[in-house]
Amino acid sequence: MKELLIILISSALVNNVVLSQFLGLCPFLGVSKKIETAAGMGGAVVFVITLSSFVTGLIYKFILIPTNLEYLQTIVFILIIAALVQFVEMFLKKAMPSLYQALGVYLPLITTNCAVLGVALINVQKDYNILQGTINGFATAVGFTISIVLMAGIREKIEYNDIPKAFQGFPSVLLTAGLMAIAFFGFSGLI
Amino acid sequence: MKANTPAERLINGIVKENPTFVLMLGMCPTLAVTTSATNGIGMGLTTTVVLAASNLMISLLRKFIPDGVRMPAFIVVVASFVTIVQMLLEGFIPSLYASLGIYIPLIVVNCIILGRAEAYASKNPPVPSLFDGIGMGLGFTLSITCIGAVRELIGAGQLFGAQVLPLADSASGKIGYEPVTIFILAPGAFFVLAFLSALQNKFKLGAAKRGIDPSNPDSCGGACASCGNSMCKGRRE
Repeated sequence: MKELLIILISSALVNNVVLSQFLGLCPFLGVSKKIETAAGMGGAVVFVITLSSFVTGLIYKFILIPTNLEYLQTIVFILIIAALVQFVEMFLKKAMPSLYQALGVYLPLITTNCAVLGVALINVQKDYNILQGTINGFATAVGFTISIVLMAGIREKIEYNDIPKAFQGFPSVLLTAGLMAIAFFGFSGLI
Repeated sequence: MKANTPAERLINGIVKENPTFVLMLGMCPTLAVTTSATNGIGMGLTTTVVLAASNLMISLLRKFIPDGVRMPAFIVVVASFVTIVQMLLEGFIPSLYASLGIYIPLIVVNCIILGRAEAYASKNPPVPSLFDGIGMGLGFTLSITCIGAVRELIGAGQLFGAQVLPLADSASGKIGYEPVTIFILAPGAFFVLAFLSALQNKFKLGAAKRGIDPSNPDSCGGACASCGNSMCKGRRE
């Protein structure tokens, strides 16, 4: 139990997926203009990463290891993720239209979010079992959501500031991300 | 210069459509592995090999892949080459394999590769596609090596692992360079890229003032990201 808690805290805060591992930067920089869209993206990511780390864990343990095909992990994982996203999208459309309304537009974008594949690979690399892997996936996604929502909040305020022309847009966002990364160093005392 | 010749493609990839500074693609490896210039070159060349090989293969297969399943098909081709390259690196350059770590398999989701497959290789003959891949790859290598060099120089006073700036030593009272370690750490990556792209904006603004058409190619508004999607399907051409 204690071990799971450590995985949870370290993946969500200390080794934040965006700010210290640089995974999932594209949506982090692109979909962080408004708090609502950022939260929507975060929700979709939590959903997909948790599910995909569970499924890739199962496939790795029960199919790839017994057949000695571990070296195919990259290909297998990316196909599983792509198929899973497609499937989740279809399922939500039929079964939960309201949730689909909220997350729908973000789902297709997630296939190429490197955080999803990254988490699956990290789970294998660190020898997590399926429960630990799923917790790690969930925590990583929560970390992603925290940082993208914070970022969106800051960006909404930055809009009102008078920034030198050359720094408007992308550079100011990157500077903000850098400062956030420094702030997140503060969490390293937690574990 | 005539379009689609090998030389034109090479120059296009390195200068005109430089994937990092102009197209803003492939941000994850750009920030993650650029702690030193050596790592930058390693990552860049690895990506170049995958990019050239997958562009060639996709271009050869472009008439056989049905339109509806082209994305999964491209991903399988790219993932196969990444796996091959990963195994070669593990076998022959284990030190580079160790320092790049998880970012080697993550080349699969590098937007530059799928972006070029979609925007160029799936529509053009094999030879220009091969050179397009090499050009884009070299452009990427060049930019991340630059970023790596800046971070290594400021953060450790080194260049390609060699001590360029003599370090200060408080014990013997020797005067020298105090490394700004934060540039090797995560925030440094954001800072360096922020200043480099601000610099680039400045040049673009200057060009616009002098009446030259800036012909801003990053139609997604600066970041590959603004389309929210690393794939950025066919946003060029």
